[in-house]
Amino acid sequence: MAAPMLRWGCRGRRWALACVDGGSCHRRGAPTGSTSNRIRGQSSVAQQPLHTAQKPRKGEHKWAAVVGLEIHAQISSNSKLFSGSQVRFSAPPNSLVSFFDASLPGTLPVLNRRCVEAAVMTGLALNCHINKKSLFDRKHYFYADLPAGYQITQHRLPIAVNGSLTYGISAGKECGQVIPKMVRVKQIQLEQDSGKSLHDDLRSQTLIDLNRAGVGLLEVVLEPDLSCGEEAATAVRELQLILQALGTSQANMAEGQLRVDANISVHHPGEPLGVRTEVKNLNSIRFLAKAIDYEIQRQISELENGGEILNETRSFHEKLGCTVSMRDKEAKQDYRFMPEPNLPPLLLYDATSLPTGADPQQVINIDQIRETLPELPSVTRERLVQQYGMLPEHSFTLLNEVGLLEFFQNVMKETRAEPKKVTSWVLNIFLGYLKQENLAVSESPVTPSALAELLDLLDSRTISSSAAKQVFEELWKREGKTPGQIVSEKQLELMQDRGALEQFCYSVMKDHPQVVMDVKKGNPRAINKLIGLVRKATLNRADPAVIKEILEKQLSS
Amino acid sequence: MLGQTLREVSAALKQGQITPTELCQKCLSLIKKTKFLNAYITVSEEVALKQAEESEKRYKNGQSLGDLDGIPIAVKDNFSTSGIETTCASNMLKGYVPPYNATVVQKLLDQGALLMGKTNLDEFAMGSGSTDGVFGPVKNPWSYSKQYREKRKQNPHSGSGDSDWLITGGSSGGSAAAVSAFTCYAALGSDTGGSTRNPAAHCGLVGFKPSYGLVSRHGLIPLVNSMDVPGILTRYVDDAAVVLGVLAGHDPKDSTTVPINKPLVLSSLEDVSKLCIGIPKEYLVPELSSEIQSLWSRAADLFESEGAKVIEVSLPHTSYSIVCYHVLCTSEVASNMARFDGLQYGHRCDIDVSTEAMYAATRREGFNDVVRGRILSGNFFLLKENYENYFVKAQKVRRLIANDFVNAFNSGVDVLLTPTTLSEAVPYLEFIKEDNRTRSAQDDIFTQAVNMAGLPAVNIPIALSNQGLPIGLQFIGRAFCDQQLLTVAKWFEKQVQFPVIQLQELVDNCSAILENEKLASVSLKQ
Repeated sequence: MAAPMLRWGCRGRRWALACVDGGSCHRRGAPTGSTSNRIRGQSSVAQQPLHTAQKPRKGEHKWAAVVGLEIHAQISSNSKLFSGSQVRFSAPPNSLVSFFDASLPGTLPVLNRRCVEAAVMTGLALNCHINKKSLFDRKHYFYADLPAGYQITQHRLPIAVNGSLTYGISAGKECGQVIPKMVRVKQIQLEQDSGKSLHDDLRSQTLIDLNRAGVGLLEVVLEPDLSCGEEAATAVRELQLILQALGTSQANMAEGQLRVDANISVHHPGEPLGVRTEVKNLNSIRFLAKAIDYEIQRQISELENGGEILNETRSFHEKLGCTVSMRDKEAKQDYRFMPEPNLPPLLLYDATSLPTGADPQQVINIDQIRETLPELPSVTRERLVQQYGMLPEHSFTLLNEVGLLEFFQNVMKETRAEPKKVTSWVLNIFLGYLKQENLAVSESPVTPSALAELLDLLDSRTISSSAAKQVFEELWKREGKTPGQIVSEKQLELMQDRGALEQFCYSVMKDHPQVVMDVKKGNPRAINKLIGLVRKATLNRADPAVIKEILEKQLSS
Repeated sequence: MLGQTLREVSAALKQGQITPTELCQKCLSLIKKTKFLNAYITVSEEVALKQAEESEKRYKNGQSLGDLDGIPIAVKDNFSTSGIETTCASNMLKGYVPPYNATVVQKLLDQGALLMGKTNLDEFAMGSGSTDGVFGPVKNPWSYSKQYREKRKQNPHSGSGDSDWLITGGSSGGSAAAVSAFTCYAALGSDTGGSTRNPAAHCGLVGFKPSYGLVSRHGLIPLVNSMDVPGILTRYVDDAAVVLGVLAGHDPKDSTTVPINKPLVLSSLEDVSKLCIGIPKEYLVPELSSEIQSLWSRAADLFESEGAKVIEVSLPHTSYSIVCYHVLCTSEVASNMARFDGLQYGHRCDIDVSTEAMYAATRREGFNDVVRGRILSGNFFLLKENYENYFVKAQKVRRLIANDFVNAFNSGVDVLLTPTTLSEAVPYLEFIKEDNRTRSAQDDIFTQAVNMAGLPAVNIPIALSNQGLPIGLQFIGRAFCDQQLLTVAKWFEKQVQFPVIQLQELVDNCSAILENEKLASVSLKQ
């Protein structure tokens, strides 16, 4: 595996943020391809990075960061993991609480089939081995929003293990290429979410909302194959896209449907791993990257100043942009794990092990779920590159913005314009306007049909590309006009009358003999000046290519 | 009427010889008369009378729901009952009114049974005497039976008065006393290590523990989830079978229950010659009273003389059962009791300096020493550093114990015959000389391994001891062969003709007993 590590190791340009002083962003996760199988079998013990992106300055040690993630994704299901209560975001407090969710004595868990299917589906999408037998355990801790005093999880034998998540890191703006990378998925386990505590410090009260208590979670545990904030952020973003494509989680971080804890340590390559800290509850991808990079930096400074790293839980302070020790009961806990006696082992089947005559309502067939897997983001991007000849980087951008791919595909459906032209317009002009006003695709004032019509006008040379931009600007004002209407109102059509255009050219040449002379003397730039003058005379309604052709003809005659 | 079998009463109700309301009132009046037994924590008089009224309408319209329609029953106070306080005999749950019925309770009510009340127990069913609940100990009705009193008069050593009343055994002592004193026809107990069979033995009742998974635990406030089963206490095997027929089957709310293929019907066994009865040699322990030992061998002889094959079998890991149970039980208790934090329901202390301080004080005030002791032990066993050495080992031993039974049954044995208890019921003052843990360890010795293996088992009263107190024997069946087990038990019941408790004196003189009772409780406090 040395060769590919070395090969990718140099491409560190974009990680200025992640590459900390005196150290570098080591590529612990290897690229996909021939090496991935070998990587999978290896333990999470540190692999020695072979190359660093930045050469350390003389006398300085090299530092390598080791980052592992635990990601909690709320399962998108109608009801909770072990009860029939509804799952809904922002319902009135404690309105979605069954007797079981409230842990009334004597209530028992009943496993939700949908949640199991979601876990299997996610496991398959992440190339996991699906365990045909998995077990549930109780994890004990006292907290006000955990009414049973324990969480039911899968500690001993989770539903899926040994997978991989492939993601892409941009190699830099200029080349448009994306470097594929891989992080191993240790396991996926089903578990219950807790309720929410709302602390009212003024009245020294804690209010409990149990709506979330018992909602099904997929805990996806990533091996510590990541080495900086950007890698972590990109991997999580890819996981988010996969979950959304599968429909197994809405994975909306702002609504807490996707929550990330990061385990971070630093060490000198070749030496044992350092003491790690856990940064909890990172609830946006941007903060995830920031928190990890901050924490790597902090650990290195701490160690270089002779300090030591405590094995502790930290949280990310969003305003200050730093991590702070939580120093509370979240510290060292003995969870006193115990098998959940009220749930028999969860048994799954495949086509070969399915008992004959089994009631399909009573069994889950892994193969059947495999057949229903939708197209995954990596395949979608591959298809975009193949089908439309776009750059890989562009395919990433199309998928990364919520709704942008759909927008693009809708424009494609209605326009005669070339895919490259459409890609360029969607990614540069359209996305640029959105970003500028901080709008989501769904909030866009320009519909796919309007853009398609506009691109058709451009394609048929009815308008010039600068006129097209002007039309787009008008469309953005939400005045309800079609591109066609705007073009005719503003008289933006290109002049189609060749005779009239020849007349304009003739007049300009006549009025600017000096420039004509320059052209004739062999100054190649002089003709551009003439073209500009003609365009101005036509109020920008003439196609410069046509003007040039006419001028050249007239000049040579 | 009150001494009849459930089917006999049901027939009488159908024929109109008695109405459900009359029957209900008879039982209510007996409950009042025997209040000093402390069998009930809550008497649900209004509920029962209303149910009786509805039952009566059904009988009038010829729309009886079945054998249980109009039949008074009682339920141990660790089963959730909608709208009726459910305390587990603990300060922690005083005042807790569940919003739902346990599945077994609902099934009984759906059949038209009348809920007379909630019966007393050891706190959270942790005990073997029904002496360790916050509502005080349960008294064994046999303490006041003619049979026992006459024997006592003959014995010059026995004291006078009622200060040496007997315990019922436990932890379902309230349910046992309730049935034994004719205040209902059947009662639900729970059985984790013998809590139904033990008091049944001491109170001269049929005490049935079904196979684990046959009857829903939904709504049963758990002691040890992996061993708990709802138990049935009745005066006759047939009655237990009727109740089991109603309760058995898959419950979507309890994932450990299994569907049953055919309804449970108890036929009369005429011929035992095809039966093989196993006598586990490890159950012959030195502590076993000689009287019980001789009744046990007489019972074996009875089977043999009627043509059954009786063989000695070995259950070699029996002796490890109690210590193994201690680890598994306390671990699950530690976990199950974690929810009682004073936040949502039950007791909450006045301390509000912090959530942690509130938890601590609430749990200190809410639980008795026995419960707190088990929580402490259980948490110790579950600590990361101890888990392998205790919990995992105990689970392995549990498997060995379960395999012992499998091997015995594979060798051709149909049913095992063992004692249920070491001795007959002992006086309360005698009983409390030992602590709860010692007592539980002793008293569960014959019953507890069955729970480890999830097997069905039943106590059948066989005879009265020299003191005039009931003695029972236990039959253990193959997993999910509950019907076969009860069929054998029914045959045995018919052979032994166990005498009916004679309580007329008690009922007539209850006021006198109440007077004496006051004296007794005064003397206890010294």
